[in-house]
Amino acid sequence: MEGLYAFCVGILTACGIFLTMRGRSFSVVVGLTLLSYAVNLFLFASGRLKLDAAAVLGQSENYSDPLPQALVLTAIVIGFAMTAFAVILAMRARADLGNDHVDGRLPSSIETRKSGKQGGQR
Amino acid sequence: MNSLIWIPLLPLIGTLVPLFSARYSRTACAFLTAGLPALALFLILSKAPEIFDGQAFHAAIPWIPSMGLELAFRLDGLVLLFALLILGIGLLVILYARYYLSDQDSIGKFYSYLIFFMFAMLGVVMSDNLIQIWVFWELTSISSFLLISFWGHKSDARKGARMALAVTGAGGLALLAGLLILGQVVGSYSLQDVLDSGDLVRASASYPVIVVLVLLGAFTKSAQFPFHFWLPNAMAAPTPVSAYLHSATMVKAGIFLMARFYPTLAGTELWFLIVSMTGLATFLLGGYLALFQHDLKGLLANSTISHLGLITLLLGMGTDLALVAAIFHIINHATFKASLFMAAGIIDHESGSRDMRQLNGLWKYMPYTATLAMVASSAMAGVPLLNGFLSKEMFFTETLHQGSLGSLSWMVPVMATLGGVLSVAYSTRFIHDVFFNGEPINLPKTPHEPPRYMRVPVEILVFLCLVVGMFPGFVVGDLLYAASGAALNDFVPYYSLAVWHGLNFPLLMSFIALIGGLFLYYNRQHLFKFQAQFPASDPKLVFEGIVQQISRRAEQFMAIVDNASLQRYIYFVLSLTIVMSAIPLLDLNTTAGRRPEIPVDALSITAAVLLTISGLATVLWHRKRMVALITLSVVGLVVTLAFAKFSAPDLALTQLSVEVVTIILLMLALFFLPQKTPKESSPRRIVRDLGIAAMLGGIVGTISYALMTRPLDTISDFFLANSKTGGGGTNVVNVILVDFRGFDTLGEITVLGIAALGIYKLIARMKLFMPSSDLNGRPWSTDSHPILLAVISQSLLPLALLVSAYIFLRGHNLPGGGFIAGLITSVAIIQQYVAHGVDWMKSRMKLDYQVMIGSGITISALTGVGSWFFDRPFLTSWFDYFYLPAIGKFELASAMIFDLGVYLTVIGATMLILANLGKLTTSERPVLEEHD
Repeated sequence: MEGLYAFCVGILTACGIFLTMRGRSFSVVVGLTLLSYAVNLFLFASGRLKLDAAAVLGQSENYSDPLPQALVLTAIVIGFAMTAFAVILAMRARADLGNDHVDGRLPSSIETRKSGKQGGQR
Repeated sequence: MNSLIWIPLLPLIGTLVPLFSARYSRTACAFLTAGLPALALFLILSKAPEIFDGQAFHAAIPWIPSMGLELAFRLDGLVLLFALLILGIGLLVILYARYYLSDQDSIGKFYSYLIFFMFAMLGVVMSDNLIQIWVFWELTSISSFLLISFWGHKSDARKGARMALAVTGAGGLALLAGLLILGQVVGSYSLQDVLDSGDLVRASASYPVIVVLVLLGAFTKSAQFPFHFWLPNAMAAPTPVSAYLHSATMVKAGIFLMARFYPTLAGTELWFLIVSMTGLATFLLGGYLALFQHDLKGLLANSTISHLGLITLLLGMGTDLALVAAIFHIINHATFKASLFMAAGIIDHESGSRDMRQLNGLWKYMPYTATLAMVASSAMAGVPLLNGFLSKEMFFTETLHQGSLGSLSWMVPVMATLGGVLSVAYSTRFIHDVFFNGEPINLPKTPHEPPRYMRVPVEILVFLCLVVGMFPGFVVGDLLYAASGAALNDFVPYYSLAVWHGLNFPLLMSFIALIGGLFLYYNRQHLFKFQAQFPASDPKLVFEGIVQQISRRAEQFMAIVDNASLQRYIYFVLSLTIVMSAIPLLDLNTTAGRRPEIPVDALSITAAVLLTISGLATVLWHRKRMVALITLSVVGLVVTLAFAKFSAPDLALTQLSVEVVTIILLMLALFFLPQKTPKESSPRRIVRDLGIAAMLGGIVGTISYALMTRPLDTISDFFLANSKTGGGGTNVVNVILVDFRGFDTLGEITVLGIAALGIYKLIARMKLFMPSSDLNGRPWSTDSHPILLAVISQSLLPLALLVSAYIFLRGHNLPGGGFIAGLITSVAIIQQYVAHGVDWMKSRMKLDYQVMIGSGITISALTGVGSWFFDRPFLTSWFDYFYLPAIGKFELASAMIFDLGVYLTVIGATMLILANLGKLTTSERPVLEEHD
């Protein structure tokens, strides 16, 4: 089971990273969401996997580790705030800059800027 | 406090005096400024008799003793000599600058810099700790920079200041490295320990490194070849600065350093070879260059370089008497060169020019100043009965006695005589070209004598040149003896300070130098013609070229690294992450640990396959954004199931409600963003990114697997044991959140509130294009609030609120709590927004979400503060059991009030974000007041 779990964490990380490296802000936000799933699962698993062992006193014999759970619980909520901030920032950037590229300008304009930079200053 | 500390401290306080007194008259400002340094001078002089008896004073304030860091000062003979130069000449310069600076110059700022330099320089010579020496050393570089660039409107001043700072600052870094190694070798950063462990240092393997690094610092500061070029360019400074820093004191800091560490570092072939050869080269080069300068200050600057070379040469000769001669020449050079600079400043000030091709025959206009300058100049040339003669005689004597070059040692006295010839030649030029040699040519002003008191500092210094020259033993005998003893850290050998030593070889060398110099000056036209054949090279241009080259290279490098593309940055960060995280994994022998694994069941495999497929589908279809969002939500649901399966019911509940809120948020955002992502990544880019993503995924998965299969050593047993007894709850996760780690949670909800407010601010005044149709041109539905949805959601609301209340109340003992209850309430309210629209909600929901966030955080914080009233630490929780008829036994805990704060903050934050985002689609856009 641990191997399967680790595989899922790996897959989610890879998917999240790939999307985070894309150029458009919405893809990046989706990527960050996937990445935060992966991170939460990873952190949670640092308390080791246990079946039928909720950390509620008197409910079972052998409790799972409550500390990573408490950390992940707040991480999920903060993760939501971060996603929200990123997506609103993306909207604001689109509204102010006229495109939704993470660099704030379309790739073609990067090329022109680069060639213009050789001679003059930034 | 020991009065020793006050000596550098008084000028430090004095730095502020001119700033406050500049509003009064210039004279008052000068007098007030001089007060504290004069007091420091008095303190030093009061200690002089004991120091002449061979005593040394130490004072230290420990700071971090285990690291050898302390504030430590010392006062011995060598320090006394330098401190007298710094304070004595400093006071004269203050008086001189009062007349030199014009009304346009800010005299307060000038004095302030000057006194700050005085403080820094006193710190260098008085420090009794290696690190401390270096700190003050760099302070002198910085104050020198400020003083050279005092006339910042002149390009010369700015360039000269930058050059001086770059050269001396770079040398300072080398010095720091050298001092750190030296301290490591000795095992102490205390100067006295270092001075006493000369044999240890010389025997250590790092000795050559230490010598080279320390000497780099000394040579750059004292303008030794090949670093001499900064000093002539520093002449863009006001002349009082040139007289003070760049002839008498700061440029002697390198000399001081060599003299100070003489007992530790000198005494080897390496030292003698480097120091004496550098000194000799500088001595000759400076003298030669001085001869060709047309600028009065340029001549003096190059002559300063030459004399500094002479002193360095003496320090590198390896005889104890040479050190005595070096120290004697430090005193003499400071007096005659400072007075010459001041005289040059007077000439510049009263005639408007420093060019010796224009300045001629000034004897007629300013005979008094001319006499003073001529005496000082003769001292520089080494004319008998003046102080320069005495130390030059000692110098010549020592060149005859040294043997550092083996069979080639005879060359040194010959070269020394040649240097003497040059010295006489340029001194003669200074006298003859300026004061005689016909009439002035095209001077801007008619020259005249300066104000009475502007001449006083020159008079005092020239008087010193004369009395030292005639009665050396009486005037400076004690000082020289004490300084030499301190520098040698040993007994001083016998030497004679008499004016007349009889007819001997050194006297012959002096005579040759005198005659040769006059001959050379008489035939200078041939030499000038010869020199004119060389292409002119300006070290300033060369230096600027190098600086520009470096900044161009830096710019090219930055264009690659920093091209203002976030995509590029994240690529770098992730690549680095791969390297940093993969390296430790290479050392891990086996991936799997010893912990037994849970057997796999079919349901888990199904869930894993679903997760993998939906994750990959999100990537695959990420350009169709709506589809990606749906597959993303599937991933979130599987994650929720995973939490539920692996015994984390609280996480499952949280994840489920956050999932709903997140997807609603992203859908709302998608309304304003393009529906599709254009295809723009090149195939190469995609392969590269896939590679990075796969690598990182593999690494994270491996770490996760390795972690899970190893036994756990956790601190959670404490929480499990104390949850019920200490926190009054059986749901350990919730007790950790609201009790054990309550302070963390308070921080988290604060962050949540700040994020929500930040989003609110971002949304306000956002000008968005609102599409009226979807991507395929189909208009949005006109029936935006279907009646069915409205009815169902309205009837669901009380139920949802009831559930959230239940979840909230049971949170302390069963899965639930403020976070989850808050999210459930938010979902219920959002559902009403979705079903009825913003306008309908506005008249019914009178909640101000910002107030809600604020009150939530306040309630939580006040719960924490409350425990102070019971003399408990912040956020100590309290609980007890009560009994009510009909309900039975129940528990009340302060942690529940804390959780209420969490609950309110979560609702407020979530709703502030979503409701305001939703409002953007209507006429009810939030608008900030104009004041921000």
